[in-house]
Amino acid sequence: MLAPVTTEVRPGRRRRTAGSTSATQRSIYPSWFYLPAAALYLVFFAVPTFASFYFSLTRWTLFDTEFIGLENYVQFFSEPQLLQGFVNTLVYGFVTSGAKVVLGLALAVLLTSQLVGRGYLRSVVFFPVLVSTIGVGITFKALLDPFDGVVNTMLAAFGIDGPGWFTDPDQALLTIAAVDVWKGLGIATLIYIAGIVAIPQEYYEAARVDGASRWQQFRSITLPLVQPATATVIILSLIGGLRSFDLIWATTGGGPGFTSDVIGSVIYKQYQAGFYGLSTAGNVILFLVVTAVMVPISILLNRKEVDR
Amino acid sequence: MMSPADRERSTRRHVAVAAAAVPLLVLAGCSSSAADGGATEITFLTSNDAPNPETAEALAEAFEAENPDVRVDVEIRPGGAEGDNLVKTRLSTGEMADVFYYNSGSLLQALNPDSSLVDLSDQEWVGSLTEEFVPVVSTEDGTYGAPLGAAFAGGVVYNRSVYEELGLTVPQTWDEFMANNEKIATEGEGIAPVIQTYGETWTSQLFVLGDFANVLAVDPEWAEQYTAHQRSYAEEPALLGFQHQQEVAEAGYFNEDFPSATFPDGARMIAEGEGAHYPMLSSVVQTIMQNTPDGVDDLGFFALPAAEAEHTQATIWQPNAVYVPASTEGAELEAAKAFVAFVNSAAGCDIQNELLVPAGPYAGTCDLPDDAPPLLDDIQAYVDDGRTANALEFLSPVKGPNLEKVTVEVGSGIRSAEDAAAFYDQDVESQAKQLGLEGW
Repeated sequence: MLAPVTTEVRPGRRRRTAGSTSATQRSIYPSWFYLPAAALYLVFFAVPTFASFYFSLTRWTLFDTEFIGLENYVQFFSEPQLLQGFVNTLVYGFVTSGAKVVLGLALAVLLTSQLVGRGYLRSVVFFPVLVSTIGVGITFKALLDPFDGVVNTMLAAFGIDGPGWFTDPDQALLTIAAVDVWKGLGIATLIYIAGIVAIPQEYYEAARVDGASRWQQFRSITLPLVQPATATVIILSLIGGLRSFDLIWATTGGGPGFTSDVIGSVIYKQYQAGFYGLSTAGNVILFLVVTAVMVPISILLNRKEVDR
Repeated sequence: MMSPADRERSTRRHVAVAAAAVPLLVLAGCSSSAADGGATEITFLTSNDAPNPETAEALAEAFEAENPDVRVDVEIRPGGAEGDNLVKTRLSTGEMADVFYYNSGSLLQALNPDSSLVDLSDQEWVGSLTEEFVPVVSTEDGTYGAPLGAAFAGGVVYNRSVYEELGLTVPQTWDEFMANNEKIATEGEGIAPVIQTYGETWTSQLFVLGDFANVLAVDPEWAEQYTAHQRSYAEEPALLGFQHQQEVAEAGYFNEDFPSATFPDGARMIAEGEGAHYPMLSSVVQTIMQNTPDGVDDLGFFALPAAEAEHTQATIWQPNAVYVPASTEGAELEAAKAFVAFVNSAAGCDIQNELLVPAGPYAGTCDLPDDAPPLLDDIQAYVDDGRTANALEFLSPVKGPNLEKVTVEVGSGIRSAEDAAAFYDQDVESQAKQLGLEGW
């Protein structure tokens, strides 16, 4: 096994000690060291963020602005494609997040076992993470073309009539979700590998002495002890899924029609159409939605961690 | 690239905004090279769809040959909505190229021409513009653009060979059109009656947009009333465009790969006779000239048929134009005006005819070449008969951003024509409100 058997420190305890020391110790750097970072943060993050709250209350043509109060918000909520966008966003977020948890854990268990070419396989699982999302989207669009894409051509060789992956309205969103999972699985696997490797081997040895089967070891030792990793994977992938835009834009552009539109793509289309105030309002709403979904989940997951 | 003055201005702004952020200075420093001794340097911004870059380069080169003391640098921007945003951003920050190529009609109006562009109404070429074109590049206070390229028509581009083989005649009514489709479907041996290419969603709008002249034939007030929120797509006659698309889709007349086929695919299919009808802009001949030039002589054009033959008219799109932004001044302004005039000079027209391949009548001084594609004769016949009308985008500023998605849904059977029309009526509200129109 890769994990050093001698380790005594449990991850939870170590984090708590590290936290308490840094809080009591004075920083060793003079405070003006923070200035460049603070200036950049202010100019590129804080100012635009607050400016966007203001612009979301205006009718903005880039040439001039007119203050219109909350009208953009009213308009945004009356957009006909918004409901489907909301549903799709939630479906997409939870499907990709769930799949990454299940598959990531399964792959991590596999890749921490005694396996020929384990290092190579770990790299292979991680490679898609390194590729540009737009590149992935365009590649899959070509591969999954319903008529002359590689995948359907191969299926046809076996006499199977391949589906219209990105063009069938019932299928498009799930196909994109599958591509997203393929691309993002590496990160989830990596986090899980780190979590599994940190579990002390003594637990498994003790369990084996007591005659626990492989499944029982997984169920009663691995699963509860990788809980912090699970929380991280869920939070990261859910935030990513709810904000998702680039992959959807590169593959279907929200289509066919509006069937794979998410909030992100609805907002982008408004921006494209020149409704700058309206799309800014949409972004504020997206920010609130992501927060509303994530804060309870984050609290729930962290509470579980403490209970353990 | 920016002029030296612009560069200086933008550099100063960056310093003011972020004195601590040193990397910005490096960014600003990268953006320009100074004009070399004496010569005036102007920039010309065009869009990236072929053959616009080639045309721009050719125009710049020919203009430089006539004016040795001026250099013209061609810049390329993306087309479509992305291009719209780029143009607006550069105009509003005062960093627009000295001459730029952009749509006429409602897209131009969205640029605030009175404050952001140079009025060109005192230029000599203005007198030669057609009366259909002048209003689409003008406001009450001025005329801002010179046409680059010819007008084009929206309707059905059809393959003459297929028509001859099956003994078909050009339909005057919608029922005749559907009868032709049925004959092609049963006797055409695999020829698709109607080509659709939803791999590029903008191509799906022609059933609706190309039907507009027919709407006007039934209701001449429609455009103004629409702008005033008194007409809608959910009611006839405008609803018919959506219904016709649904009818063709339900009959299964589309090419098999319509969900993923692209515009160049459609151009190839109509040119090679794999399909009989392609509801499209006549400017598709430019793509065909480039990819499958042998097919050009096989193409014909007819207006999307209305329910009654007397209402069948061709919808005309006025050409795009070149404009000069208000930020261009001094020697650059003089050079920019000279360049705009050159575009519609004899030498400029030769370049347009050679590279831009006219797909309809010119709006300025240029004359069609003798070897123009035969499809132009079909369009000219509608013009000569007075059976044309400008497309809606030249008569009303109201256009929703999602029409192309809605028409994809109708053609793919996701949404019914009636639902789609009602959906689109709701979609245009954001545009009308953005423009601050009355009655919305």
